[in-house]
Amino acid sequence: MNRPLRRVSIAVLVLFLALLANLNYLQVVAAPALRNATGNYRLVLEQYSHERGPILVDGRPVAYSTATNDKLKYLRGYSNGSLYAQVTGYYSIVYGSTGIEHAENSVLSGSSDALFVRRLVDILTGRAPQGGSVTLTLNPAAQRAAAAALGKRPGAVVAIDPSTGAILALVSSPTFDPNKLSSHDPSAIRAYYQTLLANPLTPLLDRAINQTYPPGSTFKLVTTAAALSSGRYQPDSKVPGPAALPLPGTTITLPNYDNRPCTAGSQTTTLLTAFERSCNATYGAVGMDLGASALAAQAEKFGFNSSFSLPLSTATSIFPSGLNAPQTAQSAIGQFDVTATPLQMAMVAAAIANRGVLMKPYLVSEVRGPDLTLLSRTQPSVLDTAVSPQVAAQMTTMLVDVVTHGTGPNAAIPGVEVAGKTGTAQVGNGKKPHAWFVSFAPAQDPKVAVAVIVENGGGAAEVSGNQLAAPIARAVMEAVIGK
Amino acid sequence: MSAATVAPASTRSRRAAELVMLLFAIALAMAAYASVSLARLGRLPSDMLGYGVGLGALMLLAHVTVRRTARYADPVLLPVVTLLNGLGLVMIHRLDLASSNRVTSLAGWVLHGDAPLQLVWTAVGVLAFVVVLVAVRDHRVLQRYTYTSMVVGLGLLLLPLVPGLGHVVNSANIWIRLGPLSFQPGEAAKIVLIVFFAGYLVAKRDVLALAGQRFLGVDLPRGRDLGPILLAWLASLGVLVFERDLGTSLLFFGTFVVVLYVATERLSWLLIGLVLFLGGSYAAYLIFAHVRQRVDIWLHPFAHVNEPGGSYQLVQGLFGMASGGILGTGLGRGRPDIVPLVKSDFIVAAFGEELGLTGLMALIVLYGIIVERGLRTAIAARDAFGKLLAAGLAVGLGIQVFVIVGGVTRLVPLTGLTTPFLSYGGSSLLANWVLVALLLRVSDSARRPAAAPQAASIEETQVVRL
Repeated sequence: MNRPLRRVSIAVLVLFLALLANLNYLQVVAAPALRNATGNYRLVLEQYSHERGPILVDGRPVAYSTATNDKLKYLRGYSNGSLYAQVTGYYSIVYGSTGIEHAENSVLSGSSDALFVRRLVDILTGRAPQGGSVTLTLNPAAQRAAAAALGKRPGAVVAIDPSTGAILALVSSPTFDPNKLSSHDPSAIRAYYQTLLANPLTPLLDRAINQTYPPGSTFKLVTTAAALSSGRYQPDSKVPGPAALPLPGTTITLPNYDNRPCTAGSQTTTLLTAFERSCNATYGAVGMDLGASALAAQAEKFGFNSSFSLPLSTATSIFPSGLNAPQTAQSAIGQFDVTATPLQMAMVAAAIANRGVLMKPYLVSEVRGPDLTLLSRTQPSVLDTAVSPQVAAQMTTMLVDVVTHGTGPNAAIPGVEVAGKTGTAQVGNGKKPHAWFVSFAPAQDPKVAVAVIVENGGGAAEVSGNQLAAPIARAVMEAVIGK
Repeated sequence: MSAATVAPASTRSRRAAELVMLLFAIALAMAAYASVSLARLGRLPSDMLGYGVGLGALMLLAHVTVRRTARYADPVLLPVVTLLNGLGLVMIHRLDLASSNRVTSLAGWVLHGDAPLQLVWTAVGVLAFVVVLVAVRDHRVLQRYTYTSMVVGLGLLLLPLVPGLGHVVNSANIWIRLGPLSFQPGEAAKIVLIVFFAGYLVAKRDVLALAGQRFLGVDLPRGRDLGPILLAWLASLGVLVFERDLGTSLLFFGTFVVVLYVATERLSWLLIGLVLFLGGSYAAYLIFAHVRQRVDIWLHPFAHVNEPGGSYQLVQGLFGMASGGILGTGLGRGRPDIVPLVKSDFIVAAFGEELGLTGLMALIVLYGIIVERGLRTAIAARDAFGKLLAAGLAVGLGIQVFVIVGGVTRLVPLTGLTTPFLSYGGSSLLANWVLVALLLRVSDSARRPAAAPQAASIEETQVVRL
């Protein structure tokens, strides 16, 4: 009976070797795919089992983790949740994460390479791993002022420090409460998410950086920059000033908003007057004179046709290529297929404010480890030189004129020189136009550049930018410069 | 039987080695207990000394019993089993910590975990181990109860079908319930039936080994001798059909066929067994939806996650083992509590997650050592009944481990068997302690120095190192 017993031993050995081989396959070869498989919520549990680092604004946490007694050990909470929602994003067990929560996850969760040594020490000492902190560039006063001034109207506000590119305010309306998406109750999260999706005003959309709009008359900043930079135009250059510009090869015209000549009783005007009064016909003519490629080159120097990582990713603002003359005329006043994010228009204002130098926009100023050691601090960097200091100075003067005696008086702040430009972007389909305002202040020593859009704000004419958007820009500028 | 006698490699009892290994096993289990407590509660367990002493006293009792009643028994089995049982206790305690936390926070009650009960069952198992070693001084006594064993074994198997006694858990009808106690009689039936297989085949092996026709170079048995294997096959199918228990069915039939092969030395019995197994499996696949579902889940686990009775458990177990990777998350640092029924069916997945590939391979090797020591005992045994009994017990345990671990790791379709010594459950623990006691009993007689060496049989002697 020993021979069969030996054979049985070998058979059992083979079976056990099969178990071991299969186990090696499962836990080594197949493991990475299984770890990331759909339905595997161990990763989420793992993430929730550590204390996630806070997101700070001005030294105070706007997103933080608190210990709980339930299965997920830490609950993500947001103070002033809806105020910062578009920036912080949410951290949801059902829908993943967005915003800074997503973009800076490796630091917040503690899995960043920069925290490798600390993780190693945590493992060896048995200390509970902890995430690092992310400090935002936001100015809480500016953020609050922007949100309060915009109110419940759909729209967005972006404020930038022109000299560094640091984003001081980033508001998109309507907003949402990230606390409700970051709770530990999946059914409540789903229900809230569904109501957000069902809302036609798309509260989850960050209009400030991810929605593009026709920039309307605010694009005249770009056209003016191209004109002055060409050397063929000065602010007092004589330019065509009709009530409406016939577009070559078509039967349509490009009319001024009031259907009157730019300078009363004259078919010509100056560039400055056309800028102050936002004369479409004049700018159409100037645009055609400069040509589509010059406009495109100038637009791209301001950041059009690129996207940015703040580290939040942004939508690309577009200045189209292959334009014919009528399309060039329409593009020169920010219509046709020209689109821009509010961030892009704030960057245009900021570049002019910063003596023509466009700084790279950024939202994260500092990253620190759990023990508060500094891991990285964002150094401001130059993105491009949009215009020369001379052109920037000329344009600043023109923009100040718009506020002092042009279309944008509502942006004026007593005792402070404000540079600004209104815009009203036609959107077609019988919808009310968008109201724009871009500005910076103080004009000679700019601390803040702002772009404001109020969607479908109303008012058929150029006045809406001044009526609806300029007061918001003014509130934000006042908050930053402390007036 | 050419090798009925064996000259032991050594006449030393090796009891001191057993004691040292036993202490090491207990120390390892206590280290695991401390590790869980440090991970979950951040401190050493306050009752660690008590548990260590308690478990030590229990195992010392087992050791002393072996010293007194089975002096020459294999020294490796008891420490290995102690380690498995100890680690099982720790894991169940660890899973208690995960689940009672949750319940406490919800309802505000203090729940008794499962670990204390498992500890009681461990004590009962060790006592049964002691009783078997004391009461059964010679395993050949069991041969007298061959047919009694058959009746008792089949009776135990059928018990869950008795109305009012049977109790369906997770669609398998393998439990009986008497008042507050539930019991899986299949675990006890396993041992009793192996005793029956060994006794019956010792008596009938000469007849069953007779060659009938030759087919493709294999001697087939005579047709009239097919009765026993067909009966075993039908009984296994009965378990499958009426109790819906694939694992137990496979375990019984497989063990029977292997013991039959060992008894007769006829390969043809293995082939016939294989054909019957494949035929039966295929028929069951065609006829029974639950068997089809099991196979479907095995082949496409991710397609059936959300079905009732689907693959959620299997998939969560796989996720757990995957997250464990090579070194594991560390005891108390993973989330094995996500897997449904992790304490009983899927405790292997919990070990795979927290101890990783390394730890789980070590556990499988421990089982391999038990099977290997059992088969060596069979080879060394001096009597045919002892050989068949030891072989049956060792192979039965081996098949059980293969089926459940293979099922949890998706090597074979999943069937509901307990993981010996690790799984939560009194009947399984008790039965497996008795199984080890019987193995030790056979191994004691195999390794005992012969009272009067017979010179005549020396040439036929095989030397086996134990």
